[in-house]
Amino acid sequence: MTTISCRDVAVAFDGFEVLRGVDLDVASGGWVTVVGPNGAGKSTLLRAAAGVVAATGSINLGGRPVGGLTRRELARLVALVSQEPVVPTGMRVVDYVLLGRTAHLGFFEPEGKRDLTVVAAALDALDARHLADRVVDTLSGGERQRIVVARALAQESPVLLLDEPTTALDMGHQQETLELVNRLRSERNLTVLATMHDLTLAGQYADRLVMLVAGQVVADGPAAEVLTVEAVAHHYGARVRVIDDATGPIVVPVPGADTD
Amino acid sequence: MTPTPPREPPGLRPVSLHGWWLVFGLGAVGLASMAGLVLGPADLGVGRVLVELADGLPFLEFNSGLGERQQAIVWEIRLPRVVLGLLVGAMLATAGGAYQGVFRNPLADPYLLGVAAGAGFGATVAIVTGAGDGIGVLDPVPLAAFAGALLAVALTYLVGATGGRLDPVTSLVLAGVAVASFFTAVQTFVQQRESETIRQVYFFVLGQLRTAGWDEVVLLAPYTVACLAVILAVRRRLDVLGVGDEEAGALGLEVRRMRLVTVVAASLGTAAAVAVSGLIGFVGIIVPHTVRLIFGTSYRVILPLTVLFGGAFLVAADLVARLVLQPAEIPIGVVTAFLGAPFFVVILRGARRAS
Repeated sequence: MTTISCRDVAVAFDGFEVLRGVDLDVASGGWVTVVGPNGAGKSTLLRAAAGVVAATGSINLGGRPVGGLTRRELARLVALVSQEPVVPTGMRVVDYVLLGRTAHLGFFEPEGKRDLTVVAAALDALDARHLADRVVDTLSGGERQRIVVARALAQESPVLLLDEPTTALDMGHQQETLELVNRLRSERNLTVLATMHDLTLAGQYADRLVMLVAGQVVADGPAAEVLTVEAVAHHYGARVRVIDDATGPIVVPVPGADTD
Repeated sequence: MTPTPPREPPGLRPVSLHGWWLVFGLGAVGLASMAGLVLGPADLGVGRVLVELADGLPFLEFNSGLGERQQAIVWEIRLPRVVLGLLVGAMLATAGGAYQGVFRNPLADPYLLGVAAGAGFGATVAIVTGAGDGIGVLDPVPLAAFAGALLAVALTYLVGATGGRLDPVTSLVLAGVAVASFFTAVQTFVQQRESETIRQVYFFVLGQLRTAGWDEVVLLAPYTVACLAVILAVRRRLDVLGVGDEEAGALGLEVRRMRLVTVVAASLGTAAAVAVSGLIGFVGIIVPHTVRLIFGTSYRVILPLTVLFGGAFLVAADLVARLVLQPAEIPIGVVTAFLGAPFFVVILRGARRAS
């Protein structure tokens, strides 16, 4: 049972409030995606949930407050896939994915057979075993994205935070990545909290959407309730049509001549 | 919990330190040490030195054929100097490698946080106040240099920790620049007022493996061994740090604590080395980068090999320093810089091409 529960969460950088009064819940094994215009605080929310950014209010993972856990305990509970992962030069894929085992190793303990088995399973899950001996900074954007997710899986944490996991990918790879996360979620009973820009995709793959605007939650519910023409027009300043579909609402931009 | 069933081996080959690389490194140490023992104004011969060394082992007796004076040259002059070179070289090179990892900056060297300026200041004060006439354990110059180095690094850390909105690495490095400039200014001021001691200060600044028997080795060895052990123990974590502070933290690394431990070990070891050998430059940059170019970018490989090649390099550099203007010695810092400066340019060009 690993739920995410945020109550009255606020984050400020240099006195500027990036998040305020955020309440958000993700059920164990659930998938919630945070949407919202640029600068709404989506990434900050994820980083706060991962404990890498200091926040006020309360954030609980499986009932344990994030602030009271050591880095190591936290990393065994939650894995974060950053929007722009730092890619170390000259590191091979196998070593990069092995970094995910950091929280499982003792101070003087080298990686063992079990760690390698976990890494192999993570690479297999992402169909990336053949990349194992490649150097990470020579991979394509899509390959790199899969390796970063593999590293998160190698952490074996029940909570997965995905910050814009599909931005760098073409349509095919976007679908593939999200399908994969969905499959892993049910196989491993992962709890997923993601951020996404593509509203249609966001609605298709999440149990619930949370719309964040200027650091505050403005809507929280099933995709069909959150993604309305009015909400998108108001918060994104975009003209769209929303088509009801069996897979969820499809948000289509509408070009228009009037630009005032 | 049921035990994990045995599975087929995954067939993945993570980075590891190959045995023959270690053999290669040990070979370099052996070769440089032998050269350091054999070459010099007194011609001793490889075979006789080897037999003499074997004679020094417990429970073994051999007759090397060396006279008493020659034996003294081996045991009291050349061997301590070689061992000191190994310790200082290993420490400076490894501290440089550790700094490069912990600051994610390829041009970081062990003097980044003000160790050199602080040591220079301490030594200068000891020299101009006339305290620096003793030698060996009682020589106040190394003690003053050691104290100055630690003072400078501690100041850098205090100033850098309050860096406000800068990221911690940048703020620490900038604090190092400020503290180093300050100590250099004070050192220059003190030195200008006592110009007759300039030559002594000058020798300290350029570095020299000066030994009086085994005193320096005995002083330095505990620091070097302890600091090297700490740095080697965190080498896997330095690889984790390669993904940046935030991601490393999300992976479970206590980044601040790990950086503090590494910096303290590297700075303490450097301060001890500098106190006995003066400010030998470039070793901390040349050696780890050469190892990196040849053996790969993982600190799990770089650091252990840097210990070995750092020691071997400095012993070889010291040999050049002793032999070029025989019987006079040129400061060893001149030799390492002469080799290091062109190397530095190559690294810079390589880094530019890679980015």
